[in-house]
Parts: sequence; C-alpha cells; structure tokens
Amino acid sequence: MIHLKPNRCDFCGACVAVCPADCIILKEADFRIDQDICIDCSLCVIICPIEALFESTDEK
Amino acid sequence: MKSEYDVIVVGGGPAGSMAAKMAAESSVSVCILEKDRDIGYPVRCGEAVGEVGLRQFVEPRESWIAATITDFGLISPEGIRINTPFSGQHGYILHRRIFDYDLAKMAADAGAEIYTKAYVSGLVIEDGAVKGVEAEYLGEPRTIRAKLVIGADGVESRVGRWAGIRTQVRMKDMESCIQYSVGNVDVESHRIDFYVGSPYAPGGYLWVFPKGDRSANVGLGVNGQFAGEKSAKYYLDRFMAKYFPEAAILTTMCGGVPCSQPIKDPSTHGLILVGDAAHHVNPMTGGGIISGMKAGWIGGQVAAEAIHANDTSHHFLQRYSTRIQKDFGQTHNRFYRIQQAIIRLDDNDFNKIATKVQRVPTSARTLTKIFKACVASKPSLVLDVIKVFAGI
Repeated sequence: MIHLKPNRCDFCGACVAVCPADCIILKEADFRIDQDICIDCSLCVIICPIEALFESTDEK
Repeated sequence: MKSEYDVIVVGGGPAGSMAAKMAAESSVSVCILEKDRDIGYPVRCGEAVGEVGLRQFVEPRESWIAATITDFGLISPEGIRINTPFSGQHGYILHRRIFDYDLAKMAADAGAEIYTKAYVSGLVIEDGAVKGVEAEYLGEPRTIRAKLVIGADGVESRVGRWAGIRTQVRMKDMESCIQYSVGNVDVESHRIDFYVGSPYAPGGYLWVFPKGDRSANVGLGVNGQFAGEKSAKYYLDRFMAKYFPEAAILTTMCGGVPCSQPIKDPSTHGLILVGDAAHHVNPMTGGGIISGMKAGWIGGQVAAEAIHANDTSHHFLQRYSTRIQKDFGQTHNRFYRIQQAIIRLDDNDFNKIATKVQRVPTSARTLTKIFKACVASKPSLVLDVIKVFAGI
C-alpha cells in the first residue's frame, strides 16, 4: 500500500501525472489515494520530488 | 456563478487565462475555475521566459520582471564553466505570482468570470460529448454546464482522462523537479546558470536563476528513469550545501514537468486541453510558459469559432490540434528527439564538450563559434547540447 507522510506533501501533482490508475485525488491542500483502485505500482513514490510517499508491505 | 456558460476553463494559469481572454474577446461567455485560493499561487516554476516569446502575447510589465537576463552559463560535471551571451534577444526571470494574476485580470477585463477555490471533480458527459463540469465551489457541489470545456489544469490534469484522452506521462518523459527560492546568495544578476550531468541532476539539469537583491531560484529536475534511487530533494540539498551553504531558503516548491511530445490530438467532443495538461512544454528546456500561452491563445480562438458555429464536435475541434501542430507541435517533436539524444550523453561527454568550448574566448562565443569549436569532441550531439543551453 502507498502512504503519505504527514505534513510533507506540497500538492504539486507530479504523482497524479504518472499514475496509471488515476487513483490520486488532489485538491488545494488535500491528498488522497483511492486504495480500491490503486495498483501499488509505486510510480508516485519514485516521482515525488520530496519523498512524501512511501510503500508499505501490508495487505489492502 | 451561473449554471451555464459557453466555455468553462479549468485552471487559472497562463494557458487558462489566455484561452479565457481570447474566447471572451469574441463575445463568448467564459468562466475560469481555479482550484486554489489564489490565481498565481503557489508558484510551481523556474520563472524564466524569453522576451520575444512573451511579446507575442503581451507587453512585458516592469512589475513582472525580477531580473533581465543577457548571458547564460553552462557548468560541466567537472565544474568547467562556459559563459556565453544570448545573441539577439534577452530573457526575463518573472514574478509568476504577479504575472499570472495580471493575465487573469486581462481575461476578466475581456469579460471572463473567475472563481477560485473552485475544484472540478468530474465532467458532465452526455451522448459521448462533454457538456460541462461537476465542481465543488467553496466546498459546495455544483453542476455547471458548458458547450465547451477547456482543460488547463496542469501536469496533474484529470479533465482529459475523464474525457478519454490519454494524458498520463511516461516515467521516462517526466522530470521530477524541486526548487528553492533563496535569499542571501551571491549570484550574477544578469546571468542564468545551468549545471549539467549526473552529479547535479541525472537526466535533467540544475538551474540558478537570479531574482535580484541577492535572491535566486535554485532548482533542478531529475528524469523519472533516475528518480528511483535518490529524490530531486536529495540532489538539491547536496548542491545547496556545497555551493550556497549560507543561503536562506524562503520557499520550497516542487512539481512534475512533462518533457514529452505534445499530445497528438488534445481534443474530443466538447473539450480541448491546453498547456501542461496537453504536454505543451518544450521537452528540451522544460519551459512551458510560452507554449502554454500559445496553446491558450489558439485554443481560445478555436473555442470562440466553435461556439459561433454552434459546433463543438471533435471533428470541428480538430482544427485546434492542427494549428498547434503547425505552430509549435512539430518543433517540439523535433526537440523531443534531440532531448532523447542528449539524455544519452554521459558526464565524460559533457566534460569533453566543455573543455573544447572553453578554448573559445568569451568575447567570441557566439553559438556558431561554439559549435565549430566543439564539433571534434562530439560531432553528432554538440548542436543539440548548445540548443539546450541556449534555451532555443
């Protein structure tokens, strides 16, 4: 599962642009991953310029 | 806010404002929906722009300009510096916050309505055609109908995806970018510097853009292919510690820049995409202000034509894609191929080229002379590199 580190996201949208599943909802200062449609590809983790995202091994 | 407009523009950046301005000037009812509280903020940009490019659309205002740029420096991985004057034109480092704000005001003066804190959460699609947007304005859900929607919603565009246009950026075409706006730095006030090679920014470059009064934008982009091991932030922090240890970091901003070919046909029934949303970014430099404004300019015109012709079909709107291709699309496709070649250069290549060019006296460093001087070091790719550094 992909998680967001608290108070780190800049809401820049780089993750949204590379997400193949379109599962990231980004508003002015609100970030959410729709875990039901996330495919755990981790592209968002890789592209995030400020390491705000991380992947854990726990099951959905 | 009305419940129906001729044209809804999603996003109030330069592309969206230009589109809204052009459409509104043709007596079309236009509404801009911006998700953030402010137009022009937060800034997500290095803020560099060419004077000639900008003058196509607007007369530059003093209040927009943080610095006027006459020279550029190129620093190789080994630290060899090549300084060269821009021949023929100069550039600006903008205050995007003020610039974007004024562009939006121009759209408003032309008759466009603008709403901030207006988040678009979906599209109204009927019979396969886009007929408006689902939005949250100040947290309240609303359906706003439109004959045509213009998606100017940036690199994170979802408007296009909802309408079935493939906008996802491939990792190899994505630059993961971070920038610090810094104070207390000694930088040349009229020169922009580009640091190239893997020590600075693998698959991208690092920039130092002066903003006057001992301040600067220092940022970099790491290509998505190389972003897995170390983040953009890692590289920038390392650079800052080495080159500007005394700097005060006044703002941290980050973002993704799509350095790909423009989307071939960024239109469908009732919708067009402009700017970053349609990958209208120069893939060699990552610069997107001018191409975004041009796309908005063309998109707004086509939107007005479509409204007046009462035809917002995909067939009609394809004239937008055709005009973009003719204007900068083909050039960007060519730049993309060059960028693909440059990305294959290794640190050794950059150092060799820099060593050669260094032998040309600064006063004689026109692009042609630089080119001639370093043909021997890397014949196939030298011109491409120079073009990158010149920001052509």
